[in-house]
Formats: sequence, C-alpha cells, structure tokens
Amino acid sequence: MITKSNGHLPEKSATQLPKCPTGIQGLDEITGGGLPRGRPTLVCGGAGCGKTLLAAEFLVRGAVQFDEPGVLMAFEETVKELTANVASLGFDLGGLARRKMIVIDYVHVERSEVQASGDYDLEGLFVRLGYAIDSIGAKRVVLDTLEVLFASLPNEAILRSELRRLFRWLKDKGVTAVITAERGRESLTRHGLEEYVSDCVILLDHRVNDQIATRHLRVVKYRGAMHGTNEFPFLIGEEGISVLPITSLSLNHKVSDERIATGIPRLDAMLGGKGFFRGSSILLTGTSGTGKTIVAANFAQAAARRGERVLYFSFEESPDQIIRNMHSIGLRLAPLVKRGLLRFHSARPSLYGLEMHLATMFREINTFKPHVVIIDPITSLMDSGTDSEGKGMVTRLIDHLKGGQVTSLFTSLTQGGHAPQQSESAMSSLMDAWVLLQDFEGNGERNRVLYVLKARGMAHSNQIREFLISDRGIDVVDAYIGVSGVLTGSARVAQGALEKAAVLAGQQEAAQLQREVERKRGALDRKINSLRADHKMEAMELRRIAEQVGTSTLMLTTERTASGILRQADAKSVVHPRARPRMEKENK
Amino acid sequence: MKLPPPKVARRAPRSKPTGPAGRSTEPHRLRLFVAGATTRSLQAILRVRQLCATELPGGCDLEVVDIYQQPALARENQIVATPTLVIAFPPPLRRFVGNLTNLTGLFTGLDLVKKAKPTH
Repeated sequence: MITKSNGHLPEKSATQLPKCPTGIQGLDEITGGGLPRGRPTLVCGGAGCGKTLLAAEFLVRGAVQFDEPGVLMAFEETVKELTANVASLGFDLGGLARRKMIVIDYVHVERSEVQASGDYDLEGLFVRLGYAIDSIGAKRVVLDTLEVLFASLPNEAILRSELRRLFRWLKDKGVTAVITAERGRESLTRHGLEEYVSDCVILLDHRVNDQIATRHLRVVKYRGAMHGTNEFPFLIGEEGISVLPITSLSLNHKVSDERIATGIPRLDAMLGGKGFFRGSSILLTGTSGTGKTIVAANFAQAAARRGERVLYFSFEESPDQIIRNMHSIGLRLAPLVKRGLLRFHSARPSLYGLEMHLATMFREINTFKPHVVIIDPITSLMDSGTDSEGKGMVTRLIDHLKGGQVTSLFTSLTQGGHAPQQSESAMSSLMDAWVLLQDFEGNGERNRVLYVLKARGMAHSNQIREFLISDRGIDVVDAYIGVSGVLTGSARVAQGALEKAAVLAGQQEAAQLQREVERKRGALDRKINSLRADHKMEAMELRRIAEQVGTSTLMLTTERTASGILRQADAKSVVHPRARPRMEKENK
Repeated sequence: MKLPPPKVARRAPRSKPTGPAGRSTEPHRLRLFVAGATTRSLQAILRVRQLCATELPGGCDLEVVDIYQQPALARENQIVATPTLVIAFPPPLRRFVGNLTNLTGLFTGLDLVKKAKPTH
C-alpha cells in the first residue's frame, strides 16, 4: 500500500498531477498541494473519526476560498442535521446553499420500503448528482458514506458494477470527489470501495492512548504523486480540521545573526558577550527550586522592555502567581502585561491531550505573533503524552517557532538523582542553546549554580557560575574554583575572606617596609643637608683666610714704604713705583 | 381514521365479489420512475401496464416519469435506482426497485396475493 517509505514531505514540482487544494490546514502540505483534481478520493475511517467533517470542510473551503462550488450528497444525515453539525465549526452551509455555492442533496433509501423485483441501475443517483452539479457548475463533489446503499439496495453484484460506473462517471465529469466510507475489519472499507477508488486513499483513525484520544490521518495511497506517508495527528478545532505535520516542510528556516540579551548581564557575558541568537530555541533545565522560572521571567522582562511581544505559556502556575512571585525578586511584570507586551497563557497539562495543547499554542502564537515564547515547563506538558508524542510535539513547536523567527525558551524540570544530560536526551538535540541550573549541596546549605552546556554558533563560557537571587533580581557571580573543587555560598564567601585577609596582611607589610625605607632616606637627606652646610662654611672660611692674608701683606708693604720714606732711602724709591700697581690688585 | 373499521366489517361478509368493487372506489396510485428509453425501462413500463390492466382494472392511476426529462422529480421522490415503482396509495409507501421481472413481491405489496396465486 505504502508507495514511499520515507516520511519526508515532497516538494512541489511542475510535472505533478493537477491538484485540488483542500484548504484544510496541513493536509495540503502532506499531499503536496491537495487532492488529485478531477478524480475521486476515498476517505475512510471508523465511527467518529471526522470523515464527514473532512469532506464538508473540503467543500466549504472550496466554495469560500477557491471559488469552486460543490455538491454534497449525504446518505446518512439530513440537510438540517448536517448544517447544524458543521455550523459548530463556523461553516455556514445554509448561507452557501443560498448563494448557490453548495447544493446539499440528502439521499434517503428506506430499506423497509424497498423491495427488489429484478434488474436495476443507479441512474436515479446519477441523474440527481448530475442535476445538482449542473445547477451550480460544481467542481467538487462529496458522497458522504455511499456504502449506506449496500444496506438499502438489493443485489450487491448490480450495486458494485453501478458504483464502478459511478466513479468512472465522476472522473468523466471532471469533478474532484471525496467519497467517505466506513472502515472495514480487514480491508480499508467495509464494502471494499478502495477497489474502485484507487487514485487517493486517506485513512482517518481515532485512538485512545493513556486515556487521551488522538486523531490521526494517513495518506495510504496517492497515485501519481509523492506524499507524506506518516501518520499525522489532526485536530477538530473551532476552525475545522487542522493536520499537524510532525516534520516541518524542510529544515530550511531563515536564521538571524541578531543577538538578544537575556536580562542577566553576566549570563550574556557567558554567551559570547551578547546573549542568545534571535529565533533560537533555548533549553533551561534544572531540578525543582533551581530558579528556572526566575531566569525565564528575567528573559521575558528583558524582551518586553525592548518592546518585543512575549508569550508566556505556564503549565504550573497561574499568571497572577507568577507576577506576584517575580515581583518579590524585583521583576515588574504587571505593567508589561498591561501594555500588551507580555501575555500569559496558563493551562493544566492534563486539561486536554497533547495535540489539543499544541493546537491551542499554535493558535495563540498565530494570533499574538510574539517575538519570544516561553514554555514553563515543557516537561509537564510532555508527561501528558508518550515519549515519542512528546518529542514530536516539541519538534513541531520548535519548527513552527523557528519558521517565524520566534525565540523560544523552554524550561525543563529534571528529576533529582538523574543525570540531567540523560533525562533530556529527547529534547536537547532539538535545542540550540542549553543552560543548566543546578543545586550544589554542602556545608549545610544549597547553592545555585548555572552553566552553559551548549550554545550553537557562539563562543560561550565553559565556567560554572554561581547565581544569587535577591530582592533586586538575579546576580551571577564567579564561583570559587580551587583545589578542593567548586566553592559556592558561604564557603565561597569564607574563601573570599581568607583571601582578603591575606591581601590585607601583605599590604600592611609592604606599607611598613615603605615607611622604613622612607625613614632611612630622610635620615640620609638630613645628613646630606648638614654636610652641604659644612661644605658651605668651609668655603666661607677659606675666603676669609685669603682675605686676611691679602690685607696683612698690603699693610706690610705700606708700612715698609712708609718706613723707607721715613728713612729716606732714595735708591729703593725708584724701584717701588713699578711694584705698587701689583699690590693694589691683590688687595682688591 | 373512523372509516376503516366499518369497511372491514362490510368487506368480511361480502367476501370475493366485493373486492373489485372496493378497488374501483379507491384507485391505486402508482408512479414509475425510469431513466430514458432503455430496454429495462420499457420492460418495467410494460409490466406495470399489464398489471394495471389485468389485476387492477379501472383502479390504476399510473404515472410514468422519465427522470432524464424531470431530474428535479428524482430528488423530490428520493429516487436512487431505476426503474423504481412507487406505490403512493394505498399506504404504506412502497418502492419496487428493478425491471419488475419478479412479480411475486409486487403482488404481495399490492395485496393481490390471493388473486395472484390462482392465476399463476
């Protein structure tokens, strides 16, 4: 049955069959553009799978979105019932019928009224269908549970050949038809309709797993086209059916180089100084009480203060409780909520199944168009489904967010006693960055540390940092890493004090030494000064002596001259005038 | 609703001869839906006419509808298979699907069991 073994969704190519878009969210992606145009498609499944709804949505969307009128031939429900049933999904069949976009023909064959009496054909059905198609120029036809005919008309052999003729006739008419059929025990349909409708077969299924029901859709067969063959969960929501492909179309979403701050400067510093990449998925794991919500709220506040819209999904606390608790550590979230920048969405994980949660989240995301999405915590949400479902859900969520370049932060509660790396193996590979919060126990106290386990595309710190939660918010400090391991809390403080004392002692010693040297230098200076004074005095003494000598010599000469004159020694007087100037000079 | 009980009371003593007289006052209303002039359609028409002539003399109000000509009537009368003979009166409403080759069912349906058996 399965023609392609890979679950990847095909890309559109020009050579494909012409397709008829259903307009049903997700189904066109799986089928690569819609149902085969101009051919019948069989939709089969058990009771309550949503066959009629899928068929009706195909018609309504065709009429509303693609301007293709349609005929609904109902074998099970009356026009009134049908209209009422699909009205709950916002489809206005009555209005469309009035606008000649849809014709509903209720075919009723009461078994008790009918008796066989020979050969017959289904020309009556053909005529009615043809008449309905021609009356509005229908391009789409739905035959809702044609198999009812098997119960109400005799002679199965005739009926089979007539149905074969009907499908041939529908193809010739060129209408895209959807035929619904009840699922058989061993075959796809109870009466083997798949034998006749062989172009496209879609199987719907409704399973209950762990008390939670999930609908699945699978394209069993699609002749002449690639298609996703996996089972895809689908939902019947307020806006009709939405099929949620587990894998995104492809891994080719645009990435941003922009970095956004976390609201904790030291954490930004650890992440290459700038914070996380925009549009990345961030995992924040830790045991209970390690401060995951606080870090998440910090991130939310920082983003909202930048003017970005933040959507906060909380699965454990009510919005008011978060706001109150965060207020106690200095985060003011209430004004941001008031300004419409921050929106909380709280729901208990057990409220409904995983798929419904996902659909609700998608709807919230699509309407609020946030820049940042916080899911706190993702683990409690994943607990409401099986492991593979949970992982599939996270994958789809991340794909969806990344497609819109929405930064996502997931907090994850690790069970005590487990290695955190192990318990998150399901999710961690999907995440671009992973910050681990941990408790360090010792010295009779618990202290919180934080480290960046991985951060794709950036040089991040490999160090463990301690973070303190005070009424002013989060403060990340260096943990003391010494010979005895990582010291946190009071041990770190004690170690700090020790270091401080040592430094102080060193400082004091140095100061003393300095004083000593200075004192010595002062003494030397004083010595130098006294010596210099001595030196000066010696010089003065020297001059005084020289002066004395000069005066006495002069006096001696003058005295001699005077005595010579007195003695009237004429011979020597001739000589003296020459010597006099020399003596005067000396005196001066 | 008051009328039927006295009828039955009247019929019982009169036995056989009263049958045709009763029928003439309350004609059967038959509608035969056929799709075009196929052999199957013609067979059906022929047989119904025969039936009317032989078994329901004078009390047969037969209308033959070709749904190709009047497709809206097919929808109104909930016709799926052709040929379909609808016995609109007397109640209950009955439909005979097929070209009426097998008439036993039809006789039963028309309360003609007693009469049909000796003729065969």
